[in-house]
Amino acid sequence: MNTIEKEFSTEEYLNMDLLRFTTAGSVDDGKSTLIGRLLHDSKSIFEDQMDAVELASKNMGDHQVNLALLTDGLRAEREQGITIDVAYRYFATPKRKFIIADTPGHIQYTRNMVTGASTANLAIILVDARHGVVEQTCRHAFIASLLQIKHLVICINKMDLVDFSEEVFTKIKGQFDDFSSKLEIQDIQYIPISALKGDNVVDKSENTPWFDGSTLLYTLENVHIASDYNFVDCRFPVQRVIRPQSEKYHDFRGYAGKIEGGVFKPGDEVLALPSGFTTKIKSIETMNGPIGEAFPPENIVMTLEDEIDISRGDMIAKPNNQPKSGQDIELMICWLNEKKIIPGGKYGIRHTTKDARCIVKDIRYKVDINTLHKIEDDLSLGLNEIGRIHVRTTQPFFYDSYKKNRGTGSVILVDENTNETVGAGMII
Amino acid sequence: MQKYHLSHLSQLENEAVFIMREVASQFEKPVLLFSGGKDSIVMVRLAQKAFWPAKIPFPLMHIDTGHNFEETIEFRDNLVKELGVELIVASVQESIDEGKAVEEKGANPSRNKLQIVTLLDGIEKHKFDAAFGGGRRDEEKARAKERFFSHRDEFGQWDPKNQRPELWNLFNGKKHMGEHFRVFPLSNWTEMDVWQYIAAENIPIPHIYYTHEREVVKRDGVYLANSPFISLLEGEKIEKKQIRFRTIGDMTCTGAVVSDASKIEDIIMEVSAARETERGTRTDDKRSEAAMEDRKKEGYF
Repeated sequence: MNTIEKEFSTEEYLNMDLLRFTTAGSVDDGKSTLIGRLLHDSKSIFEDQMDAVELASKNMGDHQVNLALLTDGLRAEREQGITIDVAYRYFATPKRKFIIADTPGHIQYTRNMVTGASTANLAIILVDARHGVVEQTCRHAFIASLLQIKHLVICINKMDLVDFSEEVFTKIKGQFDDFSSKLEIQDIQYIPISALKGDNVVDKSENTPWFDGSTLLYTLENVHIASDYNFVDCRFPVQRVIRPQSEKYHDFRGYAGKIEGGVFKPGDEVLALPSGFTTKIKSIETMNGPIGEAFPPENIVMTLEDEIDISRGDMIAKPNNQPKSGQDIELMICWLNEKKIIPGGKYGIRHTTKDARCIVKDIRYKVDINTLHKIEDDLSLGLNEIGRIHVRTTQPFFYDSYKKNRGTGSVILVDENTNETVGAGMII
Repeated sequence: MQKYHLSHLSQLENEAVFIMREVASQFEKPVLLFSGGKDSIVMVRLAQKAFWPAKIPFPLMHIDTGHNFEETIEFRDNLVKELGVELIVASVQESIDEGKAVEEKGANPSRNKLQIVTLLDGIEKHKFDAAFGGGRRDEEKARAKERFFSHRDEFGQWDPKNQRPELWNLFNGKKHMGEHFRVFPLSNWTEMDVWQYIAAENIPIPHIYYTHEREVVKRDGVYLANSPFISLLEGEKIEKKQIRFRTIGDMTCTGAVVSDASKIEDIIMEVSAARETERGTRTDDKRSEAAMEDRKKEGYF
């Protein structure tokens, strides 16, 4: 097995792309082995880490080096041999840097996968070639689709145990195609692999001459993510007002924040919400000097031609392309807490840089995440369950549907007594 | 090259700037924990960028073990002067003198764990409600599970099994009186990212990161700097070596590596060829398998 050449000149390094992906699969499908393989073959595992893992494996009585111990960092995880929480892992090839959100396959599954998926460009779902598409596969794919992950890679793993049979591969692909036609994922790829032996992970396998697709690593390095952001609808939630009040910048008043959509340029006519005043962008500033345009996900400081009342939580958009506004919002929500959602209950709600309160007016239905059927006779929404709700907020929100914009279409619900984050909501 | 495209390093910079602005807006009294090491130096640069043209709107706090490399202190003082921000020094020696912390016994005492007392006291005394740390998830396995916004209870404890889920870029900094948050803007950075950023931004760092000749003693396979704070064990001897430090911390537990790296480019080459993690030179992490997790639960950085 060749390992990836890892020599980075600063110039190359500064041009590298970033891909965030999440990995999902059921227990024993070889997810840890696959991650271990990617880290190992990209030389991202250090000798002292490997030594520590070998020692820990031995102490636990494992006969093989248990690569899962690389990601299972907590004492309780090691003791119980389970993954409790999302672990983040990093590796790089000369082309891209990768952030893996490794989400556990059993306990708290939905909660963890939703968390990992919320920032991911791509999801890898592992399917055991011997078992084909199982209930968990569908659940993972549904969550990936719900969270609007644009790219899905189905790795049909353990091909070595089915004699690298094209027939098996084609059958599983067919099974998944049937299911995924109900989802909204634009880009689905299928790769026959053996994570353990390395087939089609980094190098193309000689065992699958019938497969004319790319290896997993090639796919990760080349999947087109540049258009994953919304560059059309201009959205700039104001995060902070910057007023230096120093001699040099006496009259400087800038609005800091992250561009959540569209491209902003000096001279553009903009609209501030909720005030509704329009003005023009005077300049877009950074510590490295003013810039000619700003786009997602840049964090910048904007100055405006006119002094208008704008503060944290407000939204800057274009007069001819405004977000929706209102206090009644329909959400798909994933419940993250042991304590069930309280119909009619009040919660804190956070949307972009805005902090408000809301009442749960109605639970419309619950989703059976295995069959995608709506459940309308049992409306209790508990941990790891997903449903559609209607909330009314204390003040108007300026938002888009989650489908249109992840940044302006997502909210979290916060328990006002415990301060815990209890719900992850996607605006419909 | 795509027109609207940010490189990965630029995306990481943007992410950190967003976190810093969020903290300054959500909390009443944040502080940046500054050790004089490369990660905290990068944090300072990011804080400058986040609030420019205004000054950094929070002070820096140094948890001083008293076992410092002189170069680090000099560097710290110059940086603070240049930035015009307040520096708070919280001293482990004072905690010991006040009887709040007890010096470790034995042949190889370390003040590493004692910093927890001083750190938590400092946070309480100044009523800080959020403290920026330079911890990265690639550094250590317990850190791999850490949140950007990491809740600490009234005792400063971290409960790794019961962390708040963190979704999109919606950060929940809500807390009860007496509790605080640790915030890690560099969570997604790797050691290589930090070095490449220092190179790209041309950020000055203390000279001890570069090669120099120094008296060292080899202990448990690690070269430690000779200093008044270290006493030789049987069979140990002082040697002169051409070394540099890969991390900077307390002199008694920060190991050096033999190196000729005299420029930032050399360091980058060295890091890309390294077969050991940077914390491999930290004797504080070698005490047990869950050394970092245990310290973090009690309130460590």
